[in-house]
This record gives sequence, structure tokens and C-alpha cells, in this order.
Amino acid sequence: MPLPPEEALAASGAEVRAATPDDAAARAPGLGRLTPRWIALPETTGQVAALMRAAAEHGLAVVATGGGTKLGWGAPPDLCDLLLCTRRMDRVLEHAAGDLVARVQAGVPTEALAGALASSGQELALDVPVEGATVGGTLAAATAGPRRLRYGTARDLLIGITVVLADGTVAHSGGKVVKNVAGYDLGKLFTGSLGTLGVITEATFRLHPLPAARAWIGVTVPGLDALPDLAALAGSQTEPSAVEIDRPCADGPLTVAALFEGVAAGERAKAAGELLGGAPVASEPPPWWGRLPGEEFLLELRVRPAFAVPALAAVARAAREAGDLPVHVRGSAASAVLHLALPSDAAPARAGTFVSVLRSDLAAHGGRLVVWTAPADAADRLDRWGPAGAATLMRRVKERFDPGGRLSPGRLPTGGPPPEAGSGERA
Amino acid sequence: MTPAPAGPSGRLSALVDRLTSVLGPDGVITDPVRLRTYECDGLTYHRATPAVVVLPETAEQVAAVVGLCDRTGTPFVARGSGTGLSGGALPRADGVLIVTSRMRRIIEIDIDNRLAVVEPGVTNLAISEAARPYGYYYAPDPSSQQVCSIGGNVAENSGGAHCLKYGFTVNHVLAVELVAPDGEIVELDAMDPGYDLLGAFIGSEGTLGIATKITVRLSRVPETVTTLLAAFATVEEGGRAVSSIIGAGIVPAAIEMMDALAIEAAEAAVRCNYPAGAGAVLIVELDGPAPEVSHQFAQVEAMCRDTGAFELRVADDPAERAAIWRGRRSAFAAVGRISPAYLVQDGVVPRTALPEVLAGIERLSRQYGIRVANVFHAGDGNLHPLVLFDDAEEGAGERAELVSGEILDLCIEHGGSITGEHGVGVDKSRYMPKMFTTDDLDTMQLVRCAFDPKNLSNPGKIFPTPRLCGEAPGVRKGVHPLVASGEAELF
Repeated sequence: MPLPPEEALAASGAEVRAATPDDAAARAPGLGRLTPRWIALPETTGQVAALMRAAAEHGLAVVATGGGTKLGWGAPPDLCDLLLCTRRMDRVLEHAAGDLVARVQAGVPTEALAGALASSGQELALDVPVEGATVGGTLAAATAGPRRLRYGTARDLLIGITVVLADGTVAHSGGKVVKNVAGYDLGKLFTGSLGTLGVITEATFRLHPLPAARAWIGVTVPGLDALPDLAALAGSQTEPSAVEIDRPCADGPLTVAALFEGVAAGERAKAAGELLGGAPVASEPPPWWGRLPGEEFLLELRVRPAFAVPALAAVARAAREAGDLPVHVRGSAASAVLHLALPSDAAPARAGTFVSVLRSDLAAHGGRLVVWTAPADAADRLDRWGPAGAATLMRRVKERFDPGGRLSPGRLPTGGPPPEAGSGERA
Repeated sequence: MTPAPAGPSGRLSALVDRLTSVLGPDGVITDPVRLRTYECDGLTYHRATPAVVVLPETAEQVAAVVGLCDRTGTPFVARGSGTGLSGGALPRADGVLIVTSRMRRIIEIDIDNRLAVVEPGVTNLAISEAARPYGYYYAPDPSSQQVCSIGGNVAENSGGAHCLKYGFTVNHVLAVELVAPDGEIVELDAMDPGYDLLGAFIGSEGTLGIATKITVRLSRVPETVTTLLAAFATVEEGGRAVSSIIGAGIVPAAIEMMDALAIEAAEAAVRCNYPAGAGAVLIVELDGPAPEVSHQFAQVEAMCRDTGAFELRVADDPAERAAIWRGRRSAFAAVGRISPAYLVQDGVVPRTALPEVLAGIERLSRQYGIRVANVFHAGDGNLHPLVLFDDAEEGAGERAELVSGEILDLCIEHGGSITGEHGVGVDKSRYMPKMFTTDDLDTMQLVRCAFDPKNLSNPGKIFPTPRLCGEAPGVRKGVHPLVASGEAELF
């Protein structure tokens, strides 16, 4: 006679509790209209495996979460019986400073990791745009920040991963050496998977030495016509680590800021400042640096670097067509990854117009537009993902890893053909 | 009249006819003498003559060939320039070898977007040469870069001497058009949301499909490059210099080390004229903005002297730099001058374990009476021991194999990897279970089954006896009740 679900889950050794309506985790906005039945707080990979086996036995839908900061990213899950929270998996398991490598549990908050590494003069060179995020959530949502220009993103710094699959299988790939081509790189696959392939329980990263100095330059211009040549700045021999842009209003003034790292950061920043017409050098970033322009209604736009400026113009145009929708644009100008924040009370129809107009405009440049978060009423009318080139392969991978479709079901577009481009409606 | 043979040769001749109708007679090789040209890649002791070789010129032709293979259940193997060192392009006697040597167009050098779009047969170096007039280059630089193809680099996730600072192929590829094992042409782009299938495809050694168009990132040629050659009495002293450099927070573009035997070979082959009496030479290359490089260079120079360097040479221009690198770049081939035969090994250890592992290699060398020359990327712990033997001596080849294999065991024991850049191929699939659990390998198989459920794309590589895709590793249960009842539709 199999155990009833709550007993099977509790047999994992992890703390498991029934979710009550006043449970903070159960009220996580990302879950949308769902309330989980149970919340589990495992401390080890073994406990996660036992929880997943119990969930498989009882056919429970499992949504993994860390700091809960991005639970609302991607479409809300269709089902959630068990909310598996990694926040008690918060140990730095190994920091091999001489090898510039750290192995950590998935629930380690990124700020805590930064603190632990800084004492050895090292860092994970990955900017985290959301406060309170964990390592696992950062990987699962594939977030990155300004320094993607110099160091790449999470997938470029991740060298090993441990995951637990839908049936409780514990699998590793990679290792704890930076240079390693043995076997498939499951870490890449799980980066951006939003909990739909399995639960990330441990990660190993390559680290970088903390730079001896940092310096920023910044300049504000009235509009796109006055924008300095960002490509020339990014490609200049001053080697900026980041070139960012902030435009609080889609057709208003813009601020460009760039970061330099190294012994001669100040000297290089000064030289680069001349490319921006004599921008002053600062030892601190501007207040908006590395933060998202908003979290409640957040879009992400990607184009090839040369189209960053045309994309800014396209955003302004789409905002106008959507009845002068206020859109705050911020992001990596040189890498052409821009975040767009819409007002959380934007009328769903106007938001829909904005997305479809912008998406069809970007299509000409091979650009992508993803709706990461949206208020419920607007979300219902939006195609979150737009056309995705590899939808069929993604679906086949999902079917192999999670044949029962129980892991964060619905968060990623892994079912059926992609909706028509630019339809602006959920297909 | 004899009826047309229905056996394997009959199926083959039917396949050849259909291949010929796709590619023309000029694009299909069946002549046994010409087929033998393709019987191995850079790992020459594994050989197999392919049933047929095709030379497609377009992605559509590759797709048509792969589609035929899919429909007829014929295995296929992709091959670029055939420089791989793990037998990844070893053909199948019962299969089609798809050679990309006629897909050599550089489609676009797009400086505004800092990228190049190329066909898979383009050589690694050709990309850099095309970009260099604009002040850009393609960063990954495997030693074979003059001849190896970018398609092969994508399959193997090739590194090179400069990956310590700049990373590997996977860090420099922005998009791939590939022919999936079912014959569909698919685009994977780093800009796409969701699973990083592009990252998973790169380094899959041809088992997930064939890249037919590759978009690579171009990097700015650094403002300053300074190369330093330091000679030490012993490898241990050189190793201490490396630790000091890394410990000081410096990330050089490259740190390479060669031991006395490797230096001897290089001298014999290319007269690189390294300092006489050196037990080890260290090559440290720094690049980047001039003020950073000059500061770091002063530190590196001092650290080399402090750890016992008895001679330092500095190169600031390309000719001097080439002179320093000549010995290093020639090292693999050079050991042919001091030994009738040799095996090239490729293992990785955490950098701090290098001294212990080198001592272990020395022990193995004495134990088996087999000389080992060491060349390594010291900054990232990637060893290339060259195991020397005389193939005329009975049993020497077997002893060399044992030494080479036990070196990998040492790497695994120290938390390293069985391959840093040469790939698993056929050469190391038997070591995979030493590095990974059955569950790890079964999970990797899920990826292969998603791309290649019929196991036709370069079968027999990477994985030891993989499970068939239909075989579930244990019963997977647990469809959600709402799904079972039709009340909810998933994903």
C-alpha cells in the first residue's frame, strides 16, 4: 500500500508543510491563481531526489523556486501541487581559490556568494539584476547584467551542474575544471529552463579575480540623434566591461554609461570618455546600473548589436502606436539586450498593440521579444514568446526529460507549434 | 539473369543511386581507393573504410543526404578537415561519411555586428584572416587552426592556447544552422529564450546533427600583446611561477609549459632555440589595453625571477612572438623526431593539483619504462602528455596505452576530466563510466534521444553502449491526474 502523498513527501526527510492561504510562499505572485498543496524545504540533493520520487509516484506537479524573485517569469505554471523551495540549500560547498572555482548549492543567495568569494579577492563575474535571487534561480531564468559584454552570461561561467529529474534521478554533468569537453553539457540545457526539465540542486562556476579598480563614465543626451557611437565605444581599445543605456521614457532623453575594470580602469575610462565628448569619470555606478527598469510588466528585447539603436527607435514607435504607452527602456546597449518596463496598469489592449507592433518591427532585424512578466489581465492576451526557431527540438527535449509533463508545466512554450508571428494574441 | 541482390550490397547500391541523384556523380565517392583516404581522422590507429563518401555543397544537400539516411536507417558521420584527435570522425563501414570540404564559403563578415557567418568547411584561421583587415579576429585558436574546420570546432567545442582568457568555441558561437538527424534544417540562436540548445549542440561531437552554417563572434584584435618566455631549471619552479601569477589575480591570454623532453623534441624539429639547459619553459602571453598589459607584465616578470627563472625573453612584435610560439606549436608533431611512435593524451586537472599529477606521470613513466614528454596549458590544468614508444619493440605499444590510460585515471582521481579539448570520440568512450555515473550517462542519452531517436548520427561515439531510445531506464510514472482525465493540457 503506497503512502498517501503528504507522508511520502515527508519521508524524504525534508520539511514539508501543507500550504495555507496565509503562507507567504503560497501567495507568491508568480504562481498566478494557483495555490500549491504542499511546500517542501529540502536541504540536500538527496532530499530533493526523494521528494521528486514521491511526487512522481503520486503524479504531483512540481514547481521549483529559490528566492521566489522570478517565479512570475515565463507563463504562470498551469499546475502546482508541490512548491519545492531550495532556500535551505544555502551552502557554499567548496571554494578552490587557487583554481578559481566554486561549487555551491542551488539555494545560495547570489549576494551571499559574492560576499564569500570577495574575502579571497574573487567573484562570480555575473551581474544579478534582481535582489534576493539564488544561484539556482539565476541559472533557471538565465538572467545576466551589464558585464555580459566582457564575461558572457551564466551559461558561459557554469562549468558543472547537478540536477534532479522528474523521476528522482540525480544527474551531473561537467565537473570542477574549467576546460572539459567530456559528455553533453547538461548545464547549458538547464540554463533558461525555468524548472521545466528538472530541479537544479548544485552548480560549479569558474571565478574571476576581483578587478583592482572600477571606473564608470556616463553621459545623458536628449534623444537618439544625439547618441554617441556605441559600437565604437564597445569596440574601442579601452575595453569596457559594459556599455549600458537607460531611457526612462521611450522617446525621451537617454543616459549611456560604461564600466572599466582593471589596474588602469580610471585612465581607460578617461580615454573612453573622450569618445563620448568628454564624459566625466566616476568611481560609483549610476543608481540604475544593473537593475531592471521594473519587474511587474517586463519585456526583454534582443537584436544583433548594430540594431540596438534602430531597436530603440522601434520601441518609441511602438509606444506611440499603443497610444503613447509609457515604456522605460534599460539594458546592455553594446550586447543589444534591452529590458522594457511597461506600467503595471497598462490597458491590456494597448500592451498587446505594443508587443505586436514591436515584434513585427524587430522581425526585420532578426530580433526577439519576450514577455517575462505581465499582470494577469494583460498576460491572457499576450503571446509571451513570439516565434521560436527551435520549438520542435525544445518540445522533444521536454518530452524526454519530463514525459508526464509535471515540472513547472506551462512556463515555457514547449507544447505545440509556435503561435503566428506578430499575432499579438495567445494562439 | 540473376535478380538484383537484396542483401546489404544491394541496399547500398540503391542508396548510392539516390545519393548520386542528389549530389551528382562528382559528389559521391565509392571507389575503394579513394574511400581509403577517409578511413581515419587525426587519431590514426582507429580505422574504418566508409561505405560511401558524399561531398555536399549546400545545407539542402546535407539535409537530403541525412533524410535518406533517416529513411533507410543508415548511420552517418560528419567530417570536416579530419584533424580530430579522438576519432570523432571515424567512419562507419556500414554508413555514409558526409564531408564538408566543399562548404567553404565565408558568407559574411559583419563588422558592425562583430560577427562572421561561415560554412562548416571554412578553416578556423581563414575566419581570422578575413576579419583581420578590420581589426578583428576569431578568438579560439586550436593548434591545428591552419587546417581544422569551424564545423569540426563546433562539434568538438575546440579550445586552444588562448582559451584561458577567452574561452572555447561555445563562448564564441552566436548561432548555428544544423541538419537534425531526421533531415530537418533547424536554426539555433543564442538570442532564443528557453533551453540553451545551441550550447548543448556545441561539443556534441556530431551526435546531434551536422552544422551547415555557423555564426561566430568576432573579437577586437587587442591593443597590446606581450609574450614572455621564461626558462626554469625544473617543472616545479615553473609551476610555482604559474601559481604566483594566478594568485596575483592576473588572467593572461595564455600560460603554456613544456618540460625538458618536449623542449628536446621541439629543438630537433624546428630549432626553436629555447634557452639551453632548461628543465621547463613557460610561455606567458598578456594582451589587452596597453596600460593594463604593461602593469601586469612587470608583475609577471618579477614573479618568474622570484620563482627561479634563469632566462627571460620578451616579444613585442609578431615575428618575435612567432619565434617563441614556434616550439610550442610544433610540439605534438616534433616528438616524432625523438620517438618512432607516440600517443597524444589530453587530460585536465585542477591547476593546483598539477605538481602532484606531474609527479604521478613521472612514476608511471619509470614503472613502465615509457618516456613521457609533457606539454600543457598550465593556466587551466589541461595536460597533453606525449607518450613515446617504439612500435618495433614488442609490447611497447601496449605499455604506452597503459601509461596513457593511467594518466587519465590520475586526472579523474584529482577531480579533473578525461578530455579538455580533444573530445571523447571513440578513443575515450570507455572512460566515460569512470567520470560519470550510469544515471549521468542515461540523462545525457535523453538529449541524444530527443535529437536522434534512431541513433544514426555518429553512433558509437562518446557513450559506451548507450541504451536504445525506446528503453526507459526504469518505469517513468506519474502523469498528473488532471492530465489523465483530460482536464488540463500540459505545456
